[in-house]
Amino acid sequence: MAGELVLLDFWPSPFGMRSRIALAEKGIPYEYREEDLRNKSDLLLQMNPVHKKIPVLIHNGKPVCESVIQVQYIDEVWHDKAPLIPSDPYQRAVARFWVDFIDKKIYELGSKIWKTKGEEQANAKKEFIECLKLLEGELGDKTYFGGESLGYVDVALVPFYSWFYAYEKCGDFSIEAECPKMIAWVKRCMQKESVAKSLPDQEKVYEFILQLKKVFGIE
Amino acid sequence: MGEEVKVFGYWASPYSYRAELALKLKGVSYEYINEDIFGNKSDLLLKYNPVHKKVPILLHNGKSIVESVVILEYIEETWKHNLYLPQDPYDKATARFWIKFIDEKCFPTLWLAAWSPENEREKVTNEACEYMKTLESALNGKKFFGGETIGMVDIVASSVGYFIRVTQEIMGLNLLSADKFPQLFQWSEDFANCSIVKESLPPRDKLLPFVKGLIAKYQQDNAKA
Repeated sequence: MAGELVLLDFWPSPFGMRSRIALAEKGIPYEYREEDLRNKSDLLLQMNPVHKKIPVLIHNGKPVCESVIQVQYIDEVWHDKAPLIPSDPYQRAVARFWVDFIDKKIYELGSKIWKTKGEEQANAKKEFIECLKLLEGELGDKTYFGGESLGYVDVALVPFYSWFYAYEKCGDFSIEAECPKMIAWVKRCMQKESVAKSLPDQEKVYEFILQLKKVFGIE
Repeated sequence: MGEEVKVFGYWASPYSYRAELALKLKGVSYEYINEDIFGNKSDLLLKYNPVHKKVPILLHNGKSIVESVVILEYIEETWKHNLYLPQDPYDKATARFWIKFIDEKCFPTLWLAAWSPENEREKVTNEACEYMKTLESALNGKKFFGGETIGMVDIVASSVGYFIRVTQEIMGLNLLSADKFPQLFQWSEDFANCSIVKESLPPRDKLLPFVKGLIAKYQQDNAKA
């Protein structure tokens, strides 16, 4: 069933991290291949000709693109190990809603925080915190969004934690001060090997962002 | 056992249409409530979709499900007959890929091409044409994206196949033409001719002036910005 599994990825990508976590949670062995996004491999271009982006999960030579699609695919193929997505249709819909919300908001707002200044940055920070607060509301008193174990929403959201330090430094604010419940949840997730091993060091990500700022000519 | 199924929608919304078509394909009866989304959103809408405050909303036995694609997946998993997603995980992943592509690339760019000011239109139109070519490749000689019958990709592609075609008529554009995209054009004809599809499509004569007004509004808002 496992067959040959390759993940084309880029170390700071929160999207790549999602698939790493999902595979690790289920204990599925795979080959990780680092892509140089300035010099994309022929394999990447062949496996994702439409978007030419990572991550790409290649299972027995067939590509699955888009991180949320990969996580669902992994959950469906290896359904007997550590299920991530609820089995009840309504609970699934709730989980999908929040993953869609995360996809529409978190990355873009986070990007605005490190890319912009002044009013645009201030607005992005405000909205970013509002979104995290909404997510805190959804978490409630649960250990994880998935309940007692990691679920689809946890896997979709926790990778962004590796970028929090970069957002905080660039935006000059403290996410923990505004959203303590969120950080408490992050810390619980980071206790899990699947998460801790899949997320890069926050300082490394910050250094990477500083490099990007230089390249893009952002102050 | 009585099942309460309601759809809060807007008659001209392509997203709303998806939810209705899916229920019709499954033969599920539902009550349709038209929301005045450009005027006064009802208390119920705000209650059932507090985060986005949008339509469509599917209400099933008191529980609300929002976001059209989330609704489509829910309908598929709840009424397990007349399935519109493939069973094989890889084929399912492929279908989901095209759905995302339509919603993130095709549809928004085509809409942008419709109301963009003249000086920006060519660039956006070229981009839209690239996306249409890619979408056409997903058909791969099949009658529908779902194969012999309508699948979830077809339901989502209705936004392109019907709503964009109407928009083009107003703007005098000919993006989805038979000579440029023969397969995609044929698909949109076959799709629109299905009786079940026709049942809940907003009528052209009503949709045309509505979209015209919407485009004018977008152009006005953009000019002010």
